[in-house]
Amino acid sequence: MTIRQGIKNIRVVVKREMKRLVSHPLYFFCMLIAPVFSVVFFLTLMQEGLPTNMPVAVVDLDNTATSRNLIRQLDAFEQTAVAFQTTSFTEARQEVQKGNVYGIFYIPSGFSVEASTGKQPQLSFYTNASYLIAASLLFRDMKTMSVLAGAAVGLQTGTAKGYTKEQIMGQLQPIVVDTHAIGNPWLNYSIYLNNIMPLGVLQLLIFLITVFSIGTEIKYATSRKWLQSGEHSLLVALIGKLLPHTIIFTMVGFLIAAILYGFNSFPLHNGWLPMLVALFLLVIASQAMGVFMIGVLPTLRLGLSFASLFGMLAFSFVGLSYPVLDMYPPIQALATLFPLRHYFLIYVDQALNGRDLIYSWSEYVWLLGFLILPLFIGKNLQKALLSFRYMP
Amino acid sequence: MKREHRLHYIIKEGILDTFHVWKEELKNVFKDNGVMIFFFLVPLVYPVLYTVIYNKEVVHKAKMVVVDPCDTYLSREFIRRVNATADVQVVGVVADMEVAKQMVDKKEAYGILLFPSDFSKDMHEGRQATVSLYSDMSSLLFYKAFLLSATEVSLNLGKEWNACNRPASTEQLQQITVNPIPYESVTLFNTQNGFASFLLPAILVLVIQQTLVLGIGMLGGTTRERNRFRSLVPMDRHYEGTLRVVLGKALAYIVLYVPVCFWALAVVPRLFTLPQVGFPTTVVLFVLPYLFACIFFSMTLSGFMTSRESPMLVFVFTSVVFLFLSGVSWPKEAIPPFWNAFAYLIPSTPGIQGFIRINTSGATLHEVAHAYRTLWIQAGVYFITACLVYRYQLIRNRRIIEKKYHSLKWAREGRKTV
Repeated sequence: MTIRQGIKNIRVVVKREMKRLVSHPLYFFCMLIAPVFSVVFFLTLMQEGLPTNMPVAVVDLDNTATSRNLIRQLDAFEQTAVAFQTTSFTEARQEVQKGNVYGIFYIPSGFSVEASTGKQPQLSFYTNASYLIAASLLFRDMKTMSVLAGAAVGLQTGTAKGYTKEQIMGQLQPIVVDTHAIGNPWLNYSIYLNNIMPLGVLQLLIFLITVFSIGTEIKYATSRKWLQSGEHSLLVALIGKLLPHTIIFTMVGFLIAAILYGFNSFPLHNGWLPMLVALFLLVIASQAMGVFMIGVLPTLRLGLSFASLFGMLAFSFVGLSYPVLDMYPPIQALATLFPLRHYFLIYVDQALNGRDLIYSWSEYVWLLGFLILPLFIGKNLQKALLSFRYMP
Repeated sequence: MKREHRLHYIIKEGILDTFHVWKEELKNVFKDNGVMIFFFLVPLVYPVLYTVIYNKEVVHKAKMVVVDPCDTYLSREFIRRVNATADVQVVGVVADMEVAKQMVDKKEAYGILLFPSDFSKDMHEGRQATVSLYSDMSSLLFYKAFLLSATEVSLNLGKEWNACNRPASTEQLQQITVNPIPYESVTLFNTQNGFASFLLPAILVLVIQQTLVLGIGMLGGTTRERNRFRSLVPMDRHYEGTLRVVLGKALAYIVLYVPVCFWALAVVPRLFTLPQVGFPTTVVLFVLPYLFACIFFSMTLSGFMTSRESPMLVFVFTSVVFLFLSGVSWPKEAIPPFWNAFAYLIPSTPGIQGFIRINTSGATLHEVAHAYRTLWIQAGVYFITACLVYRYQLIRNRRIIEKKYHSLKWAREGRKTV
């Protein structure tokens, strides 16, 4: 077969596939509706960026001007809202268990008297770590509040003794840590998570659609016709079938990128090109993975199960919420099997941090490497396509 | 009165038919290994897999590089102590920032601690000294590890520094000046701030709903593919009644999912020592309506599945969406009202909220009353919708039969007249 003839054959398969795509609403749903829905969902869900006014309960056993002032200040923190005030710790704990508050700030009785007479009253704060994000936000505010409370007393006594403010601060807190969150100084969760979550959904859908489009040919015994339209070359048939998908998915991927980096102005330090290339590679790598899945398990149902389970695991293996480096070593090795993982590493370098390309070229190569996968199962797939005995 | 119209006969037939449907549905499940994957393999393996992924719970030894142009006793002591914390490991001390940045670019480190060159001088002269911390934001857990460790060391070192600079007559007096108001922080329920203990209970609850949606959807799709006229209900004498079909099928799923729930919600947390402080009876009472709600929710959805594969294509990606809607990772107070309202349609939302509070935080049913009530309402509403779905299918069946009957009759009479 000459190249020109091959292209001609591919065109025939492409035409056939386009007809199939418009004939079944499932394709429309999975290729357009679901990815766009997910990007809109995640962005609107986290539009606040950083949750504000997380509810906290205060147990105020002191009930003096000082303690009330403390509560007001705590309430004034952006992330914290005092939602419940009580004099019973049990009641506060029940509020935690009811899920109405995520933490308790405890002011002991006699607090203000003891503080001003140097008896070192102790403030306590409790966070409910079964809600990790809410708890860590509250932890930060309540800790700052406690340090500030100490500082206020220290400042008072210090001023009374005639020290300057600088001297007093040097005494109260000799060392301060000045924190810089590179790339995401606002600690914006939307930037943190949404650069990846919609693409995780996209990868999952690519797995599913690739498996589905090939699997249905086997299931409904049209696979011979499909191969015939590609002049009996599996390569031509596969390229012709998947090319329209590649184009659509890449477009959807670019649309997601446009929403993230254009409309929402998420950090994009090295410009559009590195990310768009990464997106395109993510699409074809995922397609290759999908072909591999249906090749290994050439029944529609099993192939789809494989794709679903693998695609869902990607959200954990990508190492976004919990770093891969802190998983067990064999699990770390498994993580490299997910195209999304490599896309994530590219994103960190190219979009979030603006590092030189030299630091991430290997990840691009990894993504390209997934294209080898279909070669391993070519024979198996061909056999399945030709012998179509569908087992439900 | 005809025998068929007597009440006790109808009830007796109904119950017998229900059990017939129940038996048939169980057979369907066990015959179909696609469904078996979702009903048994996934709930069995997934929780284990996730626990293995997250089982280290916390970030240990996040890599940090230090830039220390000051290089004095104080800065070295600071570095030594940061390195001694469980969360952070100092991978190198370098002289200038460029080298450190390169190390971060190469991912040899994920954070930089920068001392000013007059760090020690500032402290000796009684001024506040500043240490700068730079963190790579690819993982918030690294950031948190760096921040907490550095802050902790700075506070402790600061206190000690004060103590030896300003000797007071007694130790206590000294403490009062440097630390007028001490504080303690207590982490409740998930005491080590573990990631598995935080996320897994939610995943365990969600897996039950999602596998039911997928499995039942698959069963529905298969029946529709196989049955004549693509109907959800077979044309069979035993299937003539909405209640007996819905109840019979639901009963089958309940029987199958009681052991599944036991495994996912009781055995797995124990195997992997996740926090588990709820009373078993409370858990059982809570899981009951959750299971009902999930089953009827799935049965309703299965009415819209026309082929056996469509549920996988349509519902798998919703798992991520439902997990975020449940308010475990992204707090429900920060979820916009529209999505919060939408979340009420999904059983997993109150299911996850309630289960975490009971299982992890030891709440009683009274304290999760809101979620509990929501689940019962969902169970009721979805029961009705499931009945409507099946009712519609039965009526459709009957219509088709009547049509066939009439057309046959017409044809025959037509032949006669000719």
